[in-house]
Amino acid sequence: MIREFALIDVYYLLLATRWTIGLTALAFVGGGIVGVLIATLRVSPFAPLRVIGAGYVNIIQGIPLLAWLFVFFFGIPIVAGVQVSPWIAATVAFSIYAGAFLGEIWRGCLQSIPRQQWEGGAALGLSFAEQLRHIIVPQAVRVAIPPTVGFLVQLIKNTSLGAVIGFIELTREGQLTNAATYRPFTVFIVVAAIYFAMCFPLTQWSRRLERTLHVAR
Amino acid sequence: MGYNFNFRDIWAQTDFIVGGVIVTLWLSAVTMVTGLIIGLAGAAALVYGPRWLRVVTASYVEIIRNTPLIVQLFIVFFGLPSAGIRLDATTAAVIALGVNLGAYSIEILRAGLEAIPRAQIEAGHSLGLSGPQVFRHIVLFPAVKIVYPALSSQFVLLMLATSVVSQISTPDLFHVASIIQSRTFRDFEIYVVIAVIYLALALGFKLIFAGIHQLAFRRR
Repeated sequence: MIREFALIDVYYLLLATRWTIGLTALAFVGGGIVGVLIATLRVSPFAPLRVIGAGYVNIIQGIPLLAWLFVFFFGIPIVAGVQVSPWIAATVAFSIYAGAFLGEIWRGCLQSIPRQQWEGGAALGLSFAEQLRHIIVPQAVRVAIPPTVGFLVQLIKNTSLGAVIGFIELTREGQLTNAATYRPFTVFIVVAAIYFAMCFPLTQWSRRLERTLHVAR
Repeated sequence: MGYNFNFRDIWAQTDFIVGGVIVTLWLSAVTMVTGLIIGLAGAAALVYGPRWLRVVTASYVEIIRNTPLIVQLFIVFFGLPSAGIRLDATTAAVIALGVNLGAYSIEILRAGLEAIPRAQIEAGHSLGLSGPQVFRHIVLFPAVKIVYPALSSQFVLLMLATSVVSQISTPDLFHVASIIQSRTFRDFEIYVVIAVIYLALALGFKLIFAGIHQLAFRRR
């Protein structure tokens, strides 16, 4: 049965936005953990570890996110013989995906710190982990904040692909609303406007951080 | 694990998969050309255009960059028919992808144009070159050279993102995968095969872009 698109639908779309934010938060935490690991591997003094880190990044970034979602939602459950909920499949796929991008961003930030800083640490007798922890990371964090906020915008937008495996978030709710009201133009413009309202302030914030942190250096 | 891997059903669909690869390559190529044209025109408008044009271009860039591709695709494919514009899935995909990549290209190329020192442009003018001549002979080449790495990695990301058009049933590689999945029920195998193909395509595009870089920028 087709009903009119009304204010209540906008309200439902806003409610569904919670799950977009929730999934983004989970993926950001999961991706952050993977990203720290990958960035550390990429700057490690031990070549095989660097190769593993680079291989991970190249493989993850060379395959569409959609394919990762399908592998974790449709593929793994059949092979392992277990049922996987869209929440778990999406969280795992997005964490693995975000980890590769955050790892690359953070590697760049770690490498932007001059070599002499590492050497200074080594001269003081610090180990690799101690140099990283006490000398490099505190300086790299300042450089890392603007691009990390920028990637957060990418992540919010990418969670829309969760809709494809039936994860109910903003885009999926938009599809469901469209099926009930058959007002695709209105529905998806509202959906786009909600994404814009989340992403645009972050984009602007990232730009401002870039300027202020750059000036302070 | 009691699961028997079976790739035989998938090899039987090779022709079908090749068809999907061709559509994906075609979509990527058309989008890259469109994106580059929009990118150059938009970046020039942002840097040299009158105020109203800068505002329009900047709004376009911000709106596209801050909303998901799949929603843009839905607006073009499902939304536009209610405004009387009916498009088939492939045309809708080309338009949505081109508009999307265009916005990212503008942002990247703008940075390139702004990196050209003013003195070089003034030198061009003082040699008696017209505005378009200065743009064509003095600004364009170094500007593209500066942002080439960012631009080419954006293009590779775009190639991977074309997989999203399967959701409006454009017959690309990913759509072909869903059809084979429903024919064979070999979910895991088909998505692994498709993932490997995308990985190979991404690698191929990276090599081609590296080759273009070598040809266009190294010798000068």
